[in-house]
Order: sequence, then structure tokens, then C-alpha cells
Amino acid sequence: MDLTLIDWLIMLLYFVFVLGIGFALKRFMRTSKDFFQAGRSLPAWICGLAFISANLGAQEVIGMGASGAKYGIATSHFYWIGAIPAMIFVGVFMMPFYYGSKARSVPEFLRLRFDEKTRAYNACSFAVMTVFSSGISMYAMARLIQTLHVFDSLFIRLNIPVEWIFHFAIFLSAIIVLGYIFAGGLTSAIYNEVLQFFLIVAGFLPLVWVGLKNVGGWSGLKAALPAAYTHSWHGMTNPHNNPLGVEWFGLAMGLGFVLSFGYWCTDFLVIQTAMASDSEESARRVPLIAAIPKMFFPFLVILPGLIAIATPAMTQHAMLQSGPVATASASTDAAPAQYGKGLIPAKVNPVTGKVMTDEHGNPVLDYDLAIPNMLLHYFPTGILGLGLTALLASFMSGMAGNVTAFNTVWTYDLYQSYIKKDAPDSHYLKMGRWTTVVGILISIGTAYIATSFNNIMDTLQLVFSFVNAPLFATFLLGMFWKRTTGHGAFIGLVSGTVAAVLHHGLTLPVTAHPGIHGGWIAIVHTYPSEMAQNFWTAIWAFSTNFILTVVVSLMTKPRPEPELVGLVYSLTPKPVEHHMAWYARPKVIAVGLLVLLVALNLIFR
Amino acid sequence: MSLDLRIPMGLMFSIVGLILTLYGLFTRGSAVYERSAGLNINLIWGIVMLVFGGTMFLLGRASDRRAAAKPIEGTNRPLGGHGHEH
Repeated sequence: MDLTLIDWLIMLLYFVFVLGIGFALKRFMRTSKDFFQAGRSLPAWICGLAFISANLGAQEVIGMGASGAKYGIATSHFYWIGAIPAMIFVGVFMMPFYYGSKARSVPEFLRLRFDEKTRAYNACSFAVMTVFSSGISMYAMARLIQTLHVFDSLFIRLNIPVEWIFHFAIFLSAIIVLGYIFAGGLTSAIYNEVLQFFLIVAGFLPLVWVGLKNVGGWSGLKAALPAAYTHSWHGMTNPHNNPLGVEWFGLAMGLGFVLSFGYWCTDFLVIQTAMASDSEESARRVPLIAAIPKMFFPFLVILPGLIAIATPAMTQHAMLQSGPVATASASTDAAPAQYGKGLIPAKVNPVTGKVMTDEHGNPVLDYDLAIPNMLLHYFPTGILGLGLTALLASFMSGMAGNVTAFNTVWTYDLYQSYIKKDAPDSHYLKMGRWTTVVGILISIGTAYIATSFNNIMDTLQLVFSFVNAPLFATFLLGMFWKRTTGHGAFIGLVSGTVAAVLHHGLTLPVTAHPGIHGGWIAIVHTYPSEMAQNFWTAIWAFSTNFILTVVVSLMTKPRPEPELVGLVYSLTPKPVEHHMAWYARPKVIAVGLLVLLVALNLIFR
Repeated sequence: MSLDLRIPMGLMFSIVGLILTLYGLFTRGSAVYERSAGLNINLIWGIVMLVFGGTMFLLGRASDRRAAAKPIEGTNRPLGGHGHEH
């Protein structure tokens, strides 16, 4: 598939505007508060859209399309039960403490509420994870661009080897993200996240429209797919009866409570956007505003996966085959498409060029190509440029969020707290700018390490999940139980992570072999799927943290109550809502969102 | 913050919308639209983006003007300096 001038033009325009916004904001970056916290001056709707856009990295978009193709509409659980309740909770109950405490970051809130060691532990682990995540997302993007072959003809025309596309993609995205954050800080990142949000909608909405029209609308889609694909709650009483391989309790508790609350309520990547808003009232509204589009995103990113499966394979024009450049263009072998399903080709072994099969002899499908193949299949030149730009935008928004979170936590929580305490503000502003450079360099390094060690991505993500799983218990107890002590929080947090590691080492999904998938200590329990194992790892980590924090807190001396005003629910005056119009009150919006959530689940039950 | 995001965003969506609309007009009835289920998706979506971008731009400009016309606290002078005098 070749891109024409018009596609390039749209892509180029996007780059110009993204950088332009960054440089237009440069003159407003006078203090470190402007740079790291956007001056705490942005309107709620902007922060709200940035709130979901920061999470909408490309792995998210590609991954959700892939799961849609693999599991069907049940993937929406990650958007509905797995996000909305947590977003409502953080907006209504937790935001007054984050915003009202004047903390500049989530780790700093932990210091205000607990103590120095809890903050240091959280800041270090968060800084490391966020910078590696940005590297992983860079790697994924470069890989995808390479697989898409859209740049091939340009490179051939310019006499540059096509293998360089990978390097080109990494350095181009790094320079653009670096440019606009270096100039405009968090404001720039947030503005561009909003721009990226609208671009993703503008690129994917027509895709769903055209795709649905082609397969005969929703009824045509339903008719073309197995029944399980269009129902999200079928067979949830028993893990063996549904495609996810999870039962309802593990789903609701593991995903809906522990993992989702742990992410949306504590991860500084998303919380930083809410903390940048212009008032506590706005900050509370940010996650609630974000929840509205979040609820409908399954129709933009998951539905294309379903359509990809339902699209008749015979009408394919420019189908992508997975596998490296050489085999795909050299061999005339159409096998991967033949063995594929709809628009999704089978995976090809890069060494032998043969289709990969599982133990039953069925071909293994490359679901990650669902969304890219949809774009190439349905979009004519012109709007194809827009679709690809949307995909690039999603990569950059995820990366930018990680980078700004990293420079804030490094500068405020590590550098200012432990290395250089009393420098003038301009020093920290400069530090923030240069941390951005360093953060991006480390990300590039991570991306290259990922190219030579295949498993490093899985391993890193596994380690991150161990650290993140217990987090929410610490925040929940810290904000809602005044008796919680710093020693309790610290010991609970560390042992929660240990519990996650042990649980992973002692259990195994039924289809996997001991190793990275678990069971590396001994196998005391097997789960019906890897997802079920993940959810239960989180449940164990959370429970361990919760119980140990309570026990240790009861044995240690609590902080005097006057010190905890503004940090603990029972000691803080409740935010008043009666001066707002009824429809603007956070609690009213929250109830409305819950009703909508139940309705969506009933429609797609 | 004195840069209203709606201005650059509206501008960008308008330009992209305009490009797509024009391209769609010139390629009416072309065979490339077989893949998009027979819809001239460039023309249709170009117009949608143009309308969206234009609305955003105008809203942003209007609120910028309002901010510029607002007097500095405690005086009658407008904040922007070039509001009413001409």
C-alpha cells in the first residue's frame, strides 16, 4: 500500500501543529509550577480529555483492537467495569485530597500523609517504571510502522535501506515529543493529548462507520460472528464457558476493583492531568468528564477488531502479512492470509517463513494487526493519511504522559528532596527541561534493548504489575482511616509486592509452561487462563497489603489528628456542592455515569 | 494560560478538513472508493472535520476576545490593551 502526497501532507501538518503548540506555549513557562503543573490553571474539559488520552497509548489502541478480534465485545469490561467505577471514585472522593493537599505529585502526597520512606519507595519505583514504559511504547510503535510497510516506497526512492525505518520511527517520535515537552512542559503535553484525542476520534469513527456499513450494520456483524463475540456477560458464572477464561468474581474483584482502582486512582500518569486543573471543583470533575468518552471508546477501538474478523477475506486488497520485511515481499506465498480469519493473517515464523501453529495444529493469528489492517483495507488515500496520523498520535500521547510524569517525580520527589534542597526555582525549571532529555534518552535505550531481548517487554510489564498491584490498599487506608501510620503503609506496600511475586511463582495458567508465565517456585494451583491468574495475583497483593497495613498501624503510634487535616476523609471538611448548578455537581454526574454504565452492560449483556 | 487550545486545534482540523473535502471533490466517482463501501469518505469526512474545526476556532476566538475585553481588576482599562479605544 503506497501513500500519496495527500497522506503525507496530513501527517506533516500534524507534526507542524504539535510542535507549534509547544513553542507557542514556551513564553508562558516562567516558573517550575508552570512547567510541571501547567500553573494549575487549565479548564476541566481540557484536563478531562487529556486524562483519558494519556492512557490511550498505542499499545492500548492496538491491544484493545486485538482483544476485540480475539475475545469479542467482552473486551469492553476493560473500559466499563475496569475503569468507570474507579474514575468516579477518584473524582468524587479522592481528588479533594490530591488537589487540596497542594501536593505536586502522587509520591509527594504519600509523604504528606505518611512519611519519607513511603514516598521514596513510591517515587523510585514509579520513575523507573514510567521511563521504561515510554521506551516499550516507542519500541512497539517503531515495530508497527515497520510492519505496515507504508514508508517503504519513500525510503526506496530516497535510496535509504528499508531497515532504517525502525530507527527513523524511533528518532522522529523522540524528537517531536522531546521538542514539545521541552518547550511547553505539562501544558504542552496536555494540549497535545487533547489534540490527539480528537484525532483518534476523527480517524477511527469513519473506520467503524465504513466497516459496519460493509458487513451489513450491527445485525450483519452479529450474524457473521459466533454468539459469544457480541455478548459481554455470557458464561461468566464459569471460567470455562467464556472466551476470557475468568469467572465473574475474579473479573469484578480483580479487574473491576483492585487493578482498575490501583491504576485510575493512584497512577500519576493520569492524576497529573487532574492536578493541573484550575480549582478543586474542576479537579473533581476531570475524571468524571473523562469517564463519558471512556465509556464509548469500545465502539471506536474494540469494534474494529470485531469487524476485522467479520470482513469477508476475499475482498482484501492490500493485506498486511505479519513477519519481517524480507519474507513478506520476497515470497509470493499467500499462505498467512489463507490461514487467517477475516482481515487477520496467521503469524509467520520469521526464520522458516512458515505459518505458526499451536499444539492442535491450528494457525496462530496475529491479532495485533487487526486495527492496522482495517485502516489499510477500508481507507482510500486521503483519509488513510488521517487514520495513520491518528495511530501515530496515540503513540505519542502515551509517551508524552510518561515523560512529563517522569520529569515531575524526578525533579520534585527525588532531586529536590534528596539531592539539592534549596536551589532557586529557576534551577528546578532547568532541571525539569533537562530531565526530559534524559528521560527520552533512557526510553530510546529501552526500545533498543527490547529489540535484542525478546522477552524483556513481558518481563518488565510483569515486574510493573507486581509493584502496582498492592498500591490501592495504601491509598484507600491512608485517605479513609486516620489510624493508618507510615510504618504500616510502608511494610504493607512492600509485602503486597512480595505477595504478588510469590503468587505468580506458585500458580500457572493451564496452557502455559513454568517460567515467565508463573510456576517458577512450585505449582500449587492452576488457572484456566493467564487473565484469571493476573486478576488473582492482584487480589492477593491487595489483600496482603491491606491486612498488614492495618495490623502494623495498630501496633505503631498514629500521627496527631491536627496534622492530618486535609489528608484524611473524616478530618477534612466535606466539599460543598450546593452553589453549583445541579447538573454540574460531581455526585449528580457520578450517578448519571453509573446509570449509563449499567445500561450499556444490559444492552451488551 | 493565555493560549486557548481551541484556536490551533480548530485551525488544524479546518485545514485537514479542507484538504480532504477538495480531494474528495476532485476524485468523485473514482474507483478508490470501492474499498470504503462506495462512500466518498474523503468528501463526507472532510466536511465533518471542516465544520468541527471551524466551530472550535470560532469558539476559541470568541472567548479570547472576551478575555481581552475584561477590565483589569479595580480599573476600567481592558486587560488586552487593544479592546475598545479604536
